[in-house]
Amino acid sequence: MIKISNIRKSFDDKEVLFGIDGVFKPGRTNLIIGTSGTGKSVLLKCMVGLVEPDEGVVLYDDRNFTEASRNVRRDIRREIGMLFQGAALFDSKNVEKNVMFPLDMLTNMPKDEKLDRVNFVLQRVGLENVNKKMPSELSGGMKKRVGIARAIVNNSKYLYCDEPNSGLDPKTAILIDHLIKEITYEFEITTIVVTHDMNSVMEIGDYIMYLYQGKKLWEGSNDEILDARVKELQDFVYANKLMQAVKDRRDEG
Amino acid sequence: MRGIGKYFIFLGLMFIKREKFSTYVKLVIDECVLIGIDSLVIVTIISTFIGAVTCIQTAYNLVSPLIPDYIISLIVRDMTLLELAPTITALVFAGKVGSNIAGELGTMRITEQVDALEVMGINSASFLALPKILGSLITYPMLVIIAGFLSILGGYVAGTVTQVITPEEYIYGIRADFIEYNVTFALIKSFVFAFLIASISCYKGYYTEGGALEVGKASTVAVTNSCIAVLAADYLLAQLLL
Repeated sequence: MIKISNIRKSFDDKEVLFGIDGVFKPGRTNLIIGTSGTGKSVLLKCMVGLVEPDEGVVLYDDRNFTEASRNVRRDIRREIGMLFQGAALFDSKNVEKNVMFPLDMLTNMPKDEKLDRVNFVLQRVGLENVNKKMPSELSGGMKKRVGIARAIVNNSKYLYCDEPNSGLDPKTAILIDHLIKEITYEFEITTIVVTHDMNSVMEIGDYIMYLYQGKKLWEGSNDEILDARVKELQDFVYANKLMQAVKDRRDEG
Repeated sequence: MRGIGKYFIFLGLMFIKREKFSTYVKLVIDECVLIGIDSLVIVTIISTFIGAVTCIQTAYNLVSPLIPDYIISLIVRDMTLLELAPTITALVFAGKVGSNIAGELGTMRITEQVDALEVMGINSASFLALPKILGSLITYPMLVIIAGFLSILGGYVAGTVTQVITPEEYIYGIRADFIEYNVTFALIKSFVFAFLIASISCYKGYYTEGGALEVGKASTVAVTNSCIAVLAADYLLAQLLL
């Protein structure tokens, strides 16, 4: 479980996050949603330590990450997997070496065991016979799958996904969403997904936190979001015609 | 001043909580191949021609019949050891390897590959920069030795083919009044230059912000700053050690 309390962050004079609190439980997909520039990615970076918050605490299963020593922080980080927006695969390594990288760096497993584990996770994300391909030879969706495989290869307890659907066609985006959800349930991972894609919200949003201009305005599930009585959230949810049509149908009864 | 402070903090970061020693062995060998072997062709061409040109131009300037011909090769040797081999090669090295390092790290930064390492709990500065710096420290002095040899050889070929000096005189000249310390001095310079070029280029690449345009700028700035640092260090070392 990941708990955050009173996370504040500003860059120069511009305040980006205004004291965000939240609890992200394991075994469910937790979504942080909001419009572009609202502070979602900054919050995520504060949580993994890529950006230091000005105030506030991040707890990983009651272990204080924000105030932890470099050693403790490093140990916690080794339990974190992250899927980046552009997948962030290492250009100079093939798929197999990319996925094996955390095992090479963080474990003393024998090579055969590592290879078995790599093949298992690649199979799990629906990729086979791509071990020797370079990242430049993969499609956007395949890169995301390899990114997920790399994030979970080390039995991560926490999985962060920064806009996993960006740049993907709707069908592939749904496949990636479902994959994230399945993996979360299967391995009982605490998953946090940053997105502004309403399809993802409706598909996999077990817990949703809505950010607006650096403030948490609403939290709930995808069953509750359509009826939320927050104007900014309604504007966000019904911004596209498809969701507007859903609303009209609901209003008509 | 802030940039210089950040540079020294970056150097310090490489040694705090670095990965286990065995991790670096393969990485350093890979970097030696990339940095050293790949620079061999350009260093060979440039050093050979510089030696040849130095020989011809020195002969052109030595018009007095009172000065013996072997002085030509003596000048080629001393210029090569003291300046041409370590410094000119450094400028070429900065252009080729420095821009390559900054471009590679800059691209890794803007495509979040550096963040990916950090999230895994890996010291990215150490993992990425240290092997490049060590690879440069190992291979650059070797390149300087090769450059020195080829420069003197280039002078020999150019001098004897154009008949400005006989082979015997050339050999006599490169042995005459030889100061062994000049070789030591050239190697000291090569270590300092290798460190400056690799570390400045890593620093510029590692802290790239923005997009593809900024990666290009980082490469250019890395080369410019490396060249300035090399020339400043060249002067300082000459003052201190000669």
